[in-house]
Amino acid sequence: MNNLPPETPAPAGSAVRGVKRPAWARVGERILEGLIYVCGFSAIVFVLGIFAFVLKEALPIFARESFSLTQFLFSDQWYPTSELNKRYGVFAMIAGTGAVTLLAMAIAVPFGIGAAIFLSEFCGPKLREALKIIIELLAAIPSVVWGFIGLSVMSRLIMQYTGAPVGVNVLNGGIILALMSVPIIVSIGEDALKAVPDSYREAALALGVTKWQLIRRVLLPAAKNGLLAAVLLGVGRGVGETMAVLMATGHAVHIPHSVLDSVRTLTANIAAELGEAPAGSDHYRVLFLTGVLLFTLTFGVNLIADLVVRGIKKR
Amino acid sequence: MTDAPENNFTATPLIRKRLRQETMAKWIFFGMAAAMVVPLLLIIGYLAVRAAPSLSLEFILDVPRRGMTAGGIWPALVGTIYLVFLSLAVSAPIGILAAIYLNEYARDNWFNRVINLAVLNLAGVPSIVHALFGLGAFVYAARFGYSIISAALTLAIMTLPVIIASTREALASVPPSFREACWNVGATRWQAIRAVVLPNAISGILTGVILQVSRAAGETAPIMFTGAVFFKAVERGDLFPYYLDEQCMALSMHLYTLSTQVPGVMESIPYATAIVLLGSVLLVNAMAISLRVYLRTRKKW
Repeated sequence: MNNLPPETPAPAGSAVRGVKRPAWARVGERILEGLIYVCGFSAIVFVLGIFAFVLKEALPIFARESFSLTQFLFSDQWYPTSELNKRYGVFAMIAGTGAVTLLAMAIAVPFGIGAAIFLSEFCGPKLREALKIIIELLAAIPSVVWGFIGLSVMSRLIMQYTGAPVGVNVLNGGIILALMSVPIIVSIGEDALKAVPDSYREAALALGVTKWQLIRRVLLPAAKNGLLAAVLLGVGRGVGETMAVLMATGHAVHIPHSVLDSVRTLTANIAAELGEAPAGSDHYRVLFLTGVLLFTLTFGVNLIADLVVRGIKKR
Repeated sequence: MTDAPENNFTATPLIRKRLRQETMAKWIFFGMAAAMVVPLLLIIGYLAVRAAPSLSLEFILDVPRRGMTAGGIWPALVGTIYLVFLSLAVSAPIGILAAIYLNEYARDNWFNRVINLAVLNLAGVPSIVHALFGLGAFVYAARFGYSIISAALTLAIMTLPVIIASTREALASVPPSFREACWNVGATRWQAIRAVVLPNAISGILTGVILQVSRAAGETAPIMFTGAVFFKAVERGDLFPYYLDEQCMALSMHLYTLSTQVPGVMESIPYATAIVLLGSVLLVNAMAISLRVYLRTRKKW
């Protein structure tokens, strides 16, 4: 809001005219406004609170001599329940998250941006409304239902068509995750394309270009930041998604060599093992440390996406 | 579109090539848009067909029987309803007030930019991290234990940023001139908000909140470690089976359990559970969307 009223709005029925609102109304308004301010600040409190609480549960692990951060990040040995040889290395899970997200983006980005172009440039208003509603419904499907689809439908299809021994693998998770992140890419991408001024389109059309040339030479370069933001938000969603990848990627802790290998992601690892880790144990703390890692990762991705979007708005 | 008018203009090969390109591009992009929609319909259709043998009113009202391998989903459904209403009862007021602050009171300074950033990032926090937070903060630190309260509060924090965003959008769509007119007759800022801004934005606010009903109903990870439980014995058709400091079953959790943890479940039961969950989520969303479409058609300004 750029045009706010003066800091102290002219008091209603001010003393000048000798009419005053009753005291309870003024006090009540003060209290309510105080409440509004408090709620307004709550988002900061919650974000810091989430980080602080997850970090607090994770921190004591650093005091253990057997634990090292480099081993946590770069070792692919994960034996949290072994008696003699406990190892807490999440590199295999990082690789799993990376592989699934990468594959999902490789599928979702072209389709998402293609669909966004179709929505904003080719289709009529009626069809656009209908498609946008369908995309919104697509985005509303719960992740556990996606996971179930991966487990029951997709895995059978994959086994049938690729001959893989197990159907829950990188490919399955990637396809499911792609279907889940397409809606966000389409809606943000369409916003980005719509933000390109019409004068650009008119100028190009006046030169006699076809729609395809218009898209390739004018719209895509002009909207590239917004499209990048759309992709980044899709990546954020992919990294953070839990239930769908838990159910669709299998449960093998190892670095994948092909798309038909089963993997485990960072999120799925927490979801699968938190229930078994006794509160306060090293295992429990390492899982919280994984949470810190995830929080930092998605925070970074979202921050960059926001900066990119802000860059567009400034222009 | 490919037939250019012939009378005063002959299409050269180059032009024909370009027009062909254009048509092709159009169909490719159409294909990409269709590629999102068609699989979705196919999958839902497939799920519905597989679920058909179990789907009935009896399935919804009955409790799980024989170690969850038969019977219905009643306790899970009621548990989900508990969680959704409790979590929104917390997040809707806070979210709406926060949005009022951001849209009506906040000036464009660094502090409020930080708040905006916090809202944005809160929306991006992975659901499993919310679960870790709920476990650390509500279950252990606040000593609520594994309970409906812990789970609902965790869900509330997860739905908060989206409620803030949608409410803000609804408030921002009320033209500034409405507020100015109000201030000019001597209303304070809150009076203007209550008398003019909120009544004009209420439908948009409601739509945003309703959309979060479906989101809260579908989430699994945040409640898995804070208050949802695999199984809880409940009377058939009991409307108030849970106390707030107990754990409860939830539909999303139930689907996860059935499809991964319980051996020998009757084939069609997980499918039917998925269809009930998916159906209720899509139904609620469709209601919110049609409300929005209807209200947009009769907008006064």
